[in-house]
Amino acid sequence: MRRFLRPGHDPVRERLKRDLFQFNKTVEHGFPHQPSALGYSPFLHLMAIGTRSGAIKLYGAPGVEFMGLHEENNTVMQIHFIPDQCQLVTLLDDNSLHLWSLKQHGGASELQEEHRFTLRGPPGSPPSATQVTAVLPHSSREVLYLGTESGNIFVVELPSLGVLEDRTITPEAVLHRIPEDNCNRRSCELVEALQEHPKNPDQILIGYSRGLIVLWDLQNNKATHHFLGSQQLENLYWQRDGSKFISCHYDGSYTQWPVSSDNRQPEPLENTVPYGPFPCKAISKIYWQTTKNGLPYIIFQGGMPRASYGDRHSISVIHGSQQTAFDFTSRVIDFFIIFSSDPAAEFDDPSALVALAEEELVVIDLKSAGWPAVHPPYLASLHCSAITCSHHVSNIPLKLWERIISAGSKQNVHYSSMPWPIDGGTNIAPDPPQRDLLLTGHEDGTVRFWDASGVCLHLLYKLSTVRVFLTDADPNDNMNTLGEDEWPPLRKVGTFDPYSDDPRLGIQKIYLCKYSGYLAVAGTAGQVLVMELNDEDAEHMVDHAEADLLQDQEGYRWKGHEKLKTRDGPVRFEAGFQPFVLVQCQPPAVVTSLALHSEWKLVAFGTSHGFGLFDHQQKRLVFVKCTLHPSDQLALEGPLSRVKSLKKSLRQSFRRIRRSRVSSRKRRGAAGNASEVQEANAKFDQDALQEMELAPVQRKIEARSAEDSFTGFVRTLYFADTFLRDSSRHCPSLWAGTNGGTVYAFCLRVPPAERRMDEPVRAEQAKEIQLMHRAPVVGILVLDGRSTPLPEPLEVAHDLSKSPDMQGSHQLLVVSEEQFKVFTLPKVSSKLKLKLTALEGCRVRKVTVANFGSCKTDDYSENDLAVLTNLGDIQIISLPFLKLQIRYPCIRKEDVSGIASCVFTKYGQGFYLISPSEFERFSLSTKWLVEPRCIVDVPEVTSNNHVHNKSGTENAARKS
Amino acid sequence: EFRRFSLERSKPGKFEEFYGLLQHVHKIPNVDVLVGYTDIHGDLLPINNDDNYHKAVSTANPLLRIFIQRKEDADYSAFGTDTMSRKKNVLSNVLRPDNHKKKPHIVISMPQDFRPVSSIIDVDILPETHRRVRLYKYGTDKPLGFYIRDGSSVRVTPHGLEKVPGIFISRLVPGGLAQSTGLLAVNDEVLEVNGIEVSGKSLDQVTDMMIANSRNLIITVRPANQRNNVVRNSRTSGSSGQSTESSLPSSTPNLLGNLLQGEEESDEEDIIIEDSGEPQQIPKAAPTSESIESLSQTELLHGSTQNGFLPSSEMNLNHSAGSISVEHEVPEPGRKSLEEDGTIITL
Repeated sequence: MRRFLRPGHDPVRERLKRDLFQFNKTVEHGFPHQPSALGYSPFLHLMAIGTRSGAIKLYGAPGVEFMGLHEENNTVMQIHFIPDQCQLVTLLDDNSLHLWSLKQHGGASELQEEHRFTLRGPPGSPPSATQVTAVLPHSSREVLYLGTESGNIFVVELPSLGVLEDRTITPEAVLHRIPEDNCNRRSCELVEALQEHPKNPDQILIGYSRGLIVLWDLQNNKATHHFLGSQQLENLYWQRDGSKFISCHYDGSYTQWPVSSDNRQPEPLENTVPYGPFPCKAISKIYWQTTKNGLPYIIFQGGMPRASYGDRHSISVIHGSQQTAFDFTSRVIDFFIIFSSDPAAEFDDPSALVALAEEELVVIDLKSAGWPAVHPPYLASLHCSAITCSHHVSNIPLKLWERIISAGSKQNVHYSSMPWPIDGGTNIAPDPPQRDLLLTGHEDGTVRFWDASGVCLHLLYKLSTVRVFLTDADPNDNMNTLGEDEWPPLRKVGTFDPYSDDPRLGIQKIYLCKYSGYLAVAGTAGQVLVMELNDEDAEHMVDHAEADLLQDQEGYRWKGHEKLKTRDGPVRFEAGFQPFVLVQCQPPAVVTSLALHSEWKLVAFGTSHGFGLFDHQQKRLVFVKCTLHPSDQLALEGPLSRVKSLKKSLRQSFRRIRRSRVSSRKRRGAAGNASEVQEANAKFDQDALQEMELAPVQRKIEARSAEDSFTGFVRTLYFADTFLRDSSRHCPSLWAGTNGGTVYAFCLRVPPAERRMDEPVRAEQAKEIQLMHRAPVVGILVLDGRSTPLPEPLEVAHDLSKSPDMQGSHQLLVVSEEQFKVFTLPKVSSKLKLKLTALEGCRVRKVTVANFGSCKTDDYSENDLAVLTNLGDIQIISLPFLKLQIRYPCIRKEDVSGIASCVFTKYGQGFYLISPSEFERFSLSTKWLVEPRCIVDVPEVTSNNHVHNKSGTENAARKS
Repeated sequence: EFRRFSLERSKPGKFEEFYGLLQHVHKIPNVDVLVGYTDIHGDLLPINNDDNYHKAVSTANPLLRIFIQRKEDADYSAFGTDTMSRKKNVLSNVLRPDNHKKKPHIVISMPQDFRPVSSIIDVDILPETHRRVRLYKYGTDKPLGFYIRDGSSVRVTPHGLEKVPGIFISRLVPGGLAQSTGLLAVNDEVLEVNGIEVSGKSLDQVTDMMIANSRNLIITVRPANQRNNVVRNSRTSGSSGQSTESSLPSSTPNLLGNLLQGEEESDEEDIIIEDSGEPQQIPKAAPTSESIESLSQTELLHGSTQNGFLPSSEMNLNHSAGSISVEHEVPEPGRKSLEEDGTIITL
């Protein structure tokens, strides 16, 4: 066996392997985890998002995506695009600046880091002297202005990022002409905002934290205007014509200031507290957008009444008499407005508001009445309810695809019809080779259908199973029904809702038949729903059946959760997948495996107690089989009780620690000596530490026995038409594998189609295989006479697969966590095996058959096993000879949830969660590779055209 | 050649009487023979005193199969653990001794009279500071009974002494297999598991490897207490029960690999139950010609058992020179009637 691990024993095969297999992580789908900064280039129409882990992601038109990662993995604080360039600057929380550019390479654009730079003060100066708080890329594209905590404004040359020391604007120079009684040295501490004059690039507006605002003339190096604000400054915004600017403040107010040549120290025009008169929270950013009709759009973040609405994350839009405070589901990181970028245009004419919240991206259409939301084509919040499972279906027939899209479009009527406003760059990737669906099950009982064909993971349709059940929360009970004249005029936006009404609704297993449109979904409380696709709304009864998986066992008590209560009478379902039968497992333990055979109209399900087979045509339970070992008491108590006891013991131990701390403190309290208390605490900590050192992590070495817990846990179910009894007649069969290394095979008799409703489906146990190593069985597969895996149900009927070879002898492949074994059928004799754990110490977590095509020739493809181990490695193992082909490290072994979430496709791709909200897509195939490939062209810019009206967004320097 | 006769289970008598009876039944009064039986684990174990004779009779259910070999050409290595499941070698050796070419064996004693629970192996090829221990796990009766932990050990490297992470035995369960062997001790460093080096592997990986190999676990350790290690003068003084035939070991893992390849046959035979019948061990598909023969031979044996068929006298001693096989029935004390069907000795 070891011989096969040694590479290079067959040069022909080695060459073929190179043509077949290749590992790439291609794209990250979903919403970036912990976003921390937002930037937008009106010139490129690209948006940039920075994260707390130092990633920077650029998005344009659907399919246009770039990603970069700062080596430091520090939080990205600010992102600024350089005007009229394919360049951007990022500021990290370690005060380093990074210059990135989009460069064309091999026909596609790539994001590259060009330079990095950290501002250093003179030796001995405090770090705050050079702590950057505001960044202004000047429209000349030659320099950056960096405002700092000390009040100094440094000038840095582009693209070299060298400091031009003679051009530094010091607080002393700024204060030079201001009367002493209004200002002192402290007025110029901390530069909060830097904004370039929209018409005159030689003037910049400097806003200091304490409220002083100065208009600085870069040519003459002097302040031309002073604006004495009384409130702590948050941000500044120039109006388009440069005649006025607006400042927003910590107390929830904003102020308009006139800029004219005759008054060098003007008074404010207007000072408003939009949500006054009670104390309000800060307005951290504001836009003032002009329109043709004269009424401006005033858009600002925050400013809510502190006491009653201080916990809301809002962005308010005011346009004449219309006012809405968009209420976000999570903290708003930043926002920008998309408006006319034509410098010659007279008005801003805003079209969309793009807001980045901590958990989702929300885009509001400001042109349509009612300001509806725009459905984003990417950056979907996968985690709007926590993902509990996923299921991938490749190559969806067009018909089913269209029906799912049509069902989904009926759900999306409240979205704006506006085309996606962020449309920079060109997607030059070839069209996806096929239509792929990724189905995610969620904690709140929903299943989401994602278009996973291309780079943009796009929500097609959302299915909810909640309607079948009675839950505590009434779906009609809308917490946000506010009256017309409610103040403030809050409106909830976004879909992120991590709070599940009832954890029992959680989806655990999904199985979709792409040919028939049958869908089976199973959940946490032992519920199995079988659904059918219906293009119309319908109201109907859902049939119920109970499957008592403990039938013969006595004396067991289920201590876990109860089953879900069902709704009586007919239920109204919207167009899409509509449940028609509910099978409830008893005890209502989590469903651990599920299989659906749409041709035979059978659904098989398994829990930790056993498995059952249900005929969804006749709506009749065919059989149940208890897999429980008599000594396995734990399996009966249910998962909740175990969690509870663990929690309890944790709590108790914490309490013990606390108690001993308190008591020791009390004792010392009497003595009244603080240092003594400290000493005792330190001693306690030391004791605790020693105790930990005394008990090192150790692992018990013991052979697995039949008495171990959870041996009855059903891990896998598989339908196959094969030779189970004798080699002359094949018959439908159901295979089940358990955690204890047992494989059960049942021979099924499915009546022919014309008598399908008249005769019952019969099942009889034909075989039981006990693997001596007793490792959990994670996969079962039957190979036909040509050693090809049996096709999926209905695949042959739809002419999409050759019919299986029923002449030669079939083989059974059993994959346990530790070994791969091939047996002959119908007489079970062991033929081949590949030991994994015994040799490498890793265990199989996921296994799928995948088809790999050669990148060199179109006519060669082969089936192999794609395997993910508990160490996060991916291995490809050949069929039917079980030889290790290749191994790639993919996921960190510590990333347990990433490994658990991994799903392989049938064509050698895969997905796994890199955060609760993001799927990493990877490819093992040379032929099927879905990755972003796009070009960002630099529009022609005349060199003298330095004056831009659109620099506003770019210069919207702000702290996060 | 087969004989079948009955014995009183409750009063088996003495070994001497039994031995006489066998000689009588086979009409070989003056031939020295070795007597063996297959126990419930499928091992061929000897009968040579009253104790193991009584033990043998008590394990009959209700058939007891006894093998008789002439002492002068007996195959000692046939006895011992895993012998019966190692069909290829054992059965062909026992049943058709003309076929096997065995080196002349010097009988010093019969270590195979006892079932080993552990052994030190590969003494001749390992450095003196290392010890390779094999633990034999039978059924589920005795736990392996030890724990491992992370630790650090000192290695000699080209750059001098270096501290490297290692895996150590942290605890022995009282009464467990590991403790009862006396070959493993707390703080012994684990270097290899079944021939695979553990350096660079995590504690969990090594745990998984050991559990996966638990039915035939071979661990190479560096004992914490080197005093008990035998100081060897020459490399050829392999005195353990295991025969280390190769005198040209190319490299350690390879040799162990060969050893494992041989063992692979015997370890973990999965069980199949067909149509809720009797559990049976899953046979190997596509067997070699040799084992086909031996299997057919055993099936013949079954047939004779089930039909109560006594082989004709043509198949007698002088034909199959060395060995005689006897089906030997022990009626249960309760009922006197013969129960012949349904009792198949699992091979």
